[in-house]
Amino acid sequence: MDISTKTTDASPPTPQPAAVGKHGAAHTKTRPGDRVFLGLSRGSGILLLVIMAAIAVFLTYRASLAISKDHGNFLTTFEWNTNLIPPTFGIAVLAFGTVVSSIIAMVLAVPVAVAIALFLTHYAPRRLSGPVAYVIDLLAAVPSIVYGLWGALVLVPHMNGLFGWLNDYLGWTGIFSWDGGAPRSMLTVGILLAIMILPIITNVSREVFRQVPQMHEEAALALGATRWEVIRMAVLPFGRSGVISASMLGLGRALGETMAVATVLSPDFDIHASLLNPGGGTFAQNIASKFGEATQDGRDALIASGLILFVITLLVNGAARAIIARRKEYSGANA
Amino acid sequence: MKLQRKNRLRALSLGAIAVSGALALTACGSDNTGGGSKASGNPSGAANASAIKCDGAKGQLLSDGSSAQKNAIDAWVKNFSQACGVRINYKAGGSGAGVTSFTQGQIPWAGSDSALKPEQVAASKKVCAGGGQGIDLPMVGGPIALGYNLNGVDNLVLDAPTIAQIFDGKIKNWNDPAIAKLNPKAKLPDLKIQAFHRSDDSGTTDNFTKYLKAATPENWKYSGGKTWQASGGQSAAQSSGVAQQVKQTNGAIGYFELSYVGDGIKAASINTGAAQPVAPSTDSATKAIADAKIVGTGKDLSLKLNYTTKAEGAYPITLVTYEIVCDKGNKADTLPTVKSFLNYIASEDGQKILSGISYAPMPEEIISKVRTTIAGLS
Repeated sequence: MDISTKTTDASPPTPQPAAVGKHGAAHTKTRPGDRVFLGLSRGSGILLLVIMAAIAVFLTYRASLAISKDHGNFLTTFEWNTNLIPPTFGIAVLAFGTVVSSIIAMVLAVPVAVAIALFLTHYAPRRLSGPVAYVIDLLAAVPSIVYGLWGALVLVPHMNGLFGWLNDYLGWTGIFSWDGGAPRSMLTVGILLAIMILPIITNVSREVFRQVPQMHEEAALALGATRWEVIRMAVLPFGRSGVISASMLGLGRALGETMAVATVLSPDFDIHASLLNPGGGTFAQNIASKFGEATQDGRDALIASGLILFVITLLVNGAARAIIARRKEYSGANA
Repeated sequence: MKLQRKNRLRALSLGAIAVSGALALTACGSDNTGGGSKASGNPSGAANASAIKCDGAKGQLLSDGSSAQKNAIDAWVKNFSQACGVRINYKAGGSGAGVTSFTQGQIPWAGSDSALKPEQVAASKKVCAGGGQGIDLPMVGGPIALGYNLNGVDNLVLDAPTIAQIFDGKIKNWNDPAIAKLNPKAKLPDLKIQAFHRSDDSGTTDNFTKYLKAATPENWKYSGGKTWQASGGQSAAQSSGVAQQVKQTNGAIGYFELSYVGDGIKAASINTGAAQPVAPSTDSATKAIADAKIVGTGKDLSLKLNYTTKAEGAYPITLVTYEIVCDKGNKADTLPTVKSFLNYIASEDGQKILSGISYAPMPEEIISKVRTTIAGLS
């Protein structure tokens, strides 16, 4: 069994004959439905590539127009003023803010999401797990501007206590020092993003954990494992690549989140060591706040910054794929 | 187990549809009532419909531009469309977007809080047929209030140098001697000043920093423009965001249109050098605009405000928004509608509505020139 799946895995360009062969000699000729489906799925795949290429070409072209006019250094300037003549702008602050806020969100959200998913699949009584899962799914349907409003009106005023505590006990690190300004900082944004990406990570992780073969778990139990040991030995290794994929989906949302960040953050074009003091910025937030009054050059500059976000997202996804590929022995295909 | 999951999925999707449907319906509902209450909250909004001359206005009018004048346009559109049956759709996507749409010929008029730049005038010549060009018609004024939230201080007085130093991060505490000198009677607390500015590019920022640069060039050395340039301080998106932060934070000060003052936010008066400090109001803004010079050439009526005015009761931090149209060569199918709408908003009735919704009407000598110009549009 192991060998047969490995051969299918190793030859992705020709899955069709293998699949047909596997189902027995009865289906030696392909049905029209199969051919239509093959055409449709192949066409969709090609269309997707064409669309992505078109976006990349558009971004690159408009970005090159803007960057050629940039008076500052596009990568290192701590300023974004496209209304100046000549325009001066750089993405250093945006790249830093985007990455930092997303990392905070991931650090906070992934453990919680995995814990919720494990609780729902392995601990919660069925009567409870249904409604809880349902509510978490609904969280994903709340528009981001609503999260932004909630963040600005409810979360931010309530952060004072936490920020004061962090400043008192961890202020010496520099990362958690706070000068008492309104808590509209990277950490607040990270917390909000964590809440926003929680549903998708939880949801996918739950599905993955539910796919763990019953036999693996029963085998572990038969060897005398406790419930926690079952989870550690059977469930988590099996679900690892799925959880990584789920986290990447969440990370994608966190990297590109716009309105919630624009509403909650107090942006400025500077990099601060402290996560608690207001300031910083993200690509998407900057595009949203500067687009309305932007001139043609200004729009091109924003598009150039969008291109960088595109590249960062590509890198992150590539890294995630590499990690998953290395853990292939645990992937669902081998079950 | 499979069956069960299917049922759950179905229940889930049904639930999601129900909830999203309900949300969508309530969203529409609140939108409508919001618009209604805004218009009815306007005391002089019940304009005499018969005073509006429709003159062949018909169909539908699209426009885009400054969000600073959105509430004024909304009030005008309500009265005008009731009287003439014309649908007017003003998008308030920002002055930049409005001017761009106008110079691309997508909309017959645009709203903007800064006058057309020379290259924009040049671009407008392509869409204004027969040698016409885009012109600025000043139509709505608005005082930019310095709203603050400081427990126990009711009548804060500031002058240009202190404002500049507060927003540049040079004055950091409310009990600073510079503020104390201007407010001898007030009990100023020992509290950090949290100065809020706009995080998005904005005409309000542009006008506010123009004032600082004109009134106290030694304290405000930035080149200005719609992007906030001083470092330090905190920021929020849109006037409403800045006002929200000021309301939430004790010790905060920010700048925004007058209509956001109240409800926990007080407005500082400005010591302009006149005998009395001037509080922001629609009257005091109109007085300051009366001190402005028309600098536009030909039919263009763009204004140069006098930010250093010392006239009694004139509030210097004021913003003027323009309507932008072609002086000649407007499109034949929209010209009558645009003309009669502009006629209405420049009329006495139209301007009277403004002070009820925290905007400043144009002074008589400027608006009479605007009326003459509108009559000559072709």
